[in-house]
Amino acid sequence: MAKYKLLVNEKEYQVNVTSDTPLLWVLRDHLNLVGTKFSCGIGQCGACTIHIDGAPTRSCLYPVSLAEGKTITTIEGLSENGDHPVQKAWKEIDVPQCGYCQSGQIMTATSFLEKNPNPSKDEIREAMHGNICRCASYNRIEKAVEKASKTK
Amino acid sequence: MAKKNNIDRRSFLKVSSLAGGGLIVGFNFLTSCKPNVKPSVDISKLNFHEFNAFIKIANNGIVTLFAPNPEIGQGVKTSMPMIIAEELDVAWDDVYVEQGDLDTDVFERQVAGGSQSIRHGWNPLRETGATVKQLLINTAAAKWGVEASECFVKEGVIYNSKKEEITYGEIAEEASKGEIPANVKLKDPKNYTIIGQNIRNVDIDKIITGKPLFGLDYKKEGMLYACVVQASAFGKNLVSFDDTAARANEGVVDIFEFNNKIAVIANSTWEAMRAKKAIVANWDDGDNLETTEEYSKKLTALLEGKKFRTVRKDGNVEKAFKEADKVLERVYDTPFLPHNCMEPMNFFANVTDDKIELAGPIQTPQNTANKIANLLKRDVKDISLELTRMGGGFGRRLKGNFAIDAAQISNIAKKPVLLVFSREDDILSGTFKPALKYKISAAIKDNKLTGYHVKEAGINGNMYGLIPNFFPAGCIENYQVDLARYRSNITIGAWRAPYTNFFAFAEQSFFDELASELNVDEVQLRLDLLQNVKNTKDKRIQYSAERMEAVIHKVVDKSGYGENKDDVYQGFSVYYCHNSYVAEVADVVMEAGIPVVKKVTVAVDCGIVVNPLGALNQIEGAVLDGIGHAMYGDLKFIKGVPQSTNFHANRLIRMKETPIVETHFIKSDIAPTGLGEPALPPAIPALANAIKRATGIRLTKMPFIEYKEIFG
Repeated sequence: MAKYKLLVNEKEYQVNVTSDTPLLWVLRDHLNLVGTKFSCGIGQCGACTIHIDGAPTRSCLYPVSLAEGKTITTIEGLSENGDHPVQKAWKEIDVPQCGYCQSGQIMTATSFLEKNPNPSKDEIREAMHGNICRCASYNRIEKAVEKASKTK
Repeated sequence: MAKKNNIDRRSFLKVSSLAGGGLIVGFNFLTSCKPNVKPSVDISKLNFHEFNAFIKIANNGIVTLFAPNPEIGQGVKTSMPMIIAEELDVAWDDVYVEQGDLDTDVFERQVAGGSQSIRHGWNPLRETGATVKQLLINTAAAKWGVEASECFVKEGVIYNSKKEEITYGEIAEEASKGEIPANVKLKDPKNYTIIGQNIRNVDIDKIITGKPLFGLDYKKEGMLYACVVQASAFGKNLVSFDDTAARANEGVVDIFEFNNKIAVIANSTWEAMRAKKAIVANWDDGDNLETTEEYSKKLTALLEGKKFRTVRKDGNVEKAFKEADKVLERVYDTPFLPHNCMEPMNFFANVTDDKIELAGPIQTPQNTANKIANLLKRDVKDISLELTRMGGGFGRRLKGNFAIDAAQISNIAKKPVLLVFSREDDILSGTFKPALKYKISAAIKDNKLTGYHVKEAGINGNMYGLIPNFFPAGCIENYQVDLARYRSNITIGAWRAPYTNFFAFAEQSFFDELASELNVDEVQLRLDLLQNVKNTKDKRIQYSAERMEAVIHKVVDKSGYGENKDDVYQGFSVYYCHNSYVAEVADVVMEAGIPVVKKVTVAVDCGIVVNPLGALNQIEGAVLDGIGHAMYGDLKFIKGVPQSTNFHANRLIRMKETPIVETHFIKSDIAPTGLGEPALPPAIPALANAIKRATGIRLTKMPFIEYKEIFG
C-alpha cells in the first residue's frame, strides 16, 4: 500500500492503495465516482475513458502510480450542471439506450472536439471508432458530436 | 371509447392517502393480465406490498410513476409510464419516474424479455391511469355538487361547466378515501397527447452526468467485493486449489470453495481481482469437452439422420418431394454467440439470519428470488430485491446464475458483498445462443413450390421449436418442421430475438434462392405465398398476411427496391416475430473490392407507436445488432474452452462499420407490440441477399467475415 495524492475534477484526494491499482478502480471504489465504467478491463471498449491532462485515457489500464501530479477529469467533473455542449447534445438527440457506455463516449467526444472543433462526419466516425456501444447508438453519437461542434 | 371493464378492481388497485398529504395508488397490473383472476380477499387485508407498481400524486400536483418492468435499454422505464400518464391526463413535465422494486409476494411477470412488456402492459396500464383519473373527477364532482359527467380534465386540472377548477394535487388526499370506479372510459387514440410523442429516456440526465444507476454502481455500508474463479472449460470440475499466494495479497478478506467455484472476497474490486489471479486451481480432465470442428460434424450428422421431433406437419411432405421435378436444398450454419453486455454480470447480496437483501441488474427478478430462497432454504418473503438499471441484457440477464452466486457467497461469508464478474468470467458462465444448423428443402413441380421442409439441429436447445406456425406456415400445402438436438456441457439460453434471430437468416436467404430457381421476382414470391394464408381457419397461425403485405409494400416503396441503381446492390427480407412485422432492404456498395453495407431501410408494423423516439432507437439498435453479429459474431471452443473471452477477440460492430438506418412505421390503431427484438432477425438475410447480389456469392454460414473470397 502507498499513499497517492490525486487531483480529480479540481478536487484534491488522497488514497491508500497498491501501486498497480488501475485508476478506474480508485475512482469507482475509493472516490465513489462511479460514472466511469468498467466493461472489458483491457482497453478495448472505451467505457472507462477519462481525461488525463486533457487527453482521453483508458482508466482501466492506467495505474494510480502514474496519476500523481496529473489533472484528472471524469464525467462527473465535465461540467457543473451537466450542461457541457456535448452533454446537451447527447440529451437533445436522446443518444443512450442502456446508457452504460455513454460516459466513456462523452469523454472521448469532448476531448476530440477540443482538438478538432469542426470535424467532418468521417472524422467523427474515426474518432469515436474505439468506443463500443453494444446497443449500437452510433448514428446518434455521430449526430450528437456534430451538433455539439456547431453549438460551441 | 367506452370499454367494458372486467378487471376485479379490488385485486388490481388500492388507493389510500400518502404520508404528508396526497394520493397513492398501488396497482397490480399483472393480476389484470391473467384471464381468470380469482376474486381477491377483502381489500382491508391487502397492503401495499402486494402491489407491484404505484402512482403517487402529491399535494403540489407532482406525479410519481413507478415503472414496473426491468429496464435493459429497451425503453420501458419511459414508455410504460407514458401509457399511464396518457390516461391519467397529466402533463409529462409534471411526471417523475422511479423504478419499482421486486416484491416477491406478487410478481408474476415482472420480466424484461421477449419484447412483451408493452404488449402485456397496454390494457392494464391504460385502465389504471383512466381509473385513477375517474376517481379524481368523481371526488371533485362530489365536492362541487355537480355530475361527474360534466367535468373534464386537462393536464392534471379538473374543470366543471361552471368554470370552477381544482388540481389533482388539491383533491388527491380526499380522493384517497373515495370508491374505486368501475367501467371507466379509455381515450380515443385520436385524443392522445403523450402517446405518440417523442419522449426522451427518463434517466437521460443521470446517464450523461455519470450518476449511480447500474448494478456495478451499487454501494452499501460495510460492503465487500467478491470475484469468482471458474473452470476454464465447460465440463470440468474443481479438484483442489492452493490459495496461499492469493491470501498474501493486500485487502483479501476470505477465500473459499462453493458450487464448483472459488470465491475471493476483498476490500475492493481490484484487490479481489488481483488475488484471484494468484490462486492455483486444479481441475479434473472433464468429460464431453466440446470442440467446434467436432460438434459441427455432429450437427451435420443430426441433420442427415432420422431422429427428429416433428413440431408441425401439414399435408404430405414426403409425397411432395417424391413427386417433385426438382428439389432445392440448402444448409445454413450459425455459431454459439455470447451476449457481450457492456456492464459485466454483477449482483449485490446481503444474507443475514433476518433477511436477504439483493440488488442488481436482472431481467427475471421473481424467478431469481425464488431460486435463491430454495437454495438457501429460506422463505421468499425474507427476500428484498432492488432493480437497478441494466447495462444491456440481450437475454443474458434472464438467467440469474451470477445473482445466485452472490447470494451463496454472502451466505457463506456472512457479509454484504458485491459480486463482480470480469468479461472473461461472464463468458465462462455464459448462457449462449446455441450453435445451430438448419436444412431447408423445397419441392418444385411444374415450376411451382409444392413442398417445404425445415430441419433444425441444435446443441442443448432447439430454437425453431416454438415458432413452427410463423410464416410460411399456412402458405404451403405440404409443410413440415423437424427438430433434433444433443446434450452438451456448454450452457445455452435466450439471445436477443430468441428462436428467430438467426433462423430468419436461413429462411429469408432461402426464399431468394427459391425465387431464383423458379425464375420469379423474390418479393412477388413472398406476396404470392401470403395469399394462401388469408382467411385461414388454422387457429395456430397468429400472423396476419395483410399486415405482412403492408410492410413489404412500404419497404419496397421507401427503398426503391428493384429499381436499377448504379453500384448499389440491394437485399430484401421480411419477417414476423414477437408479434410485430418488419421488412428490410439493405443497400450494399463495393468499396476496394469489398461489400460494405451503407443503409438499411426498415418498414415496421408494431401497432400504435407509444414513443416514436424510443421506438426508432430500438429498431436501429436491433438492425445494427443483427448486422454486427452476422458479420463478426462467433464463439468457438477447443476441448470445452471458449476461444474468445473479451472484446479483442469477440468483435462487435463499431462506428465506422455502421450503416444509416431509415425507419418507416405503418400507421395503426392496433394495440402496440414490442420492439426490442423484431427488427433484428430480418436484418441478417437482407444483408446476405444484398451481398449475393454484389458478389455473386451466397452466404450460408455465420460469421460472414470468414468468407475469405469476399472479405479477404
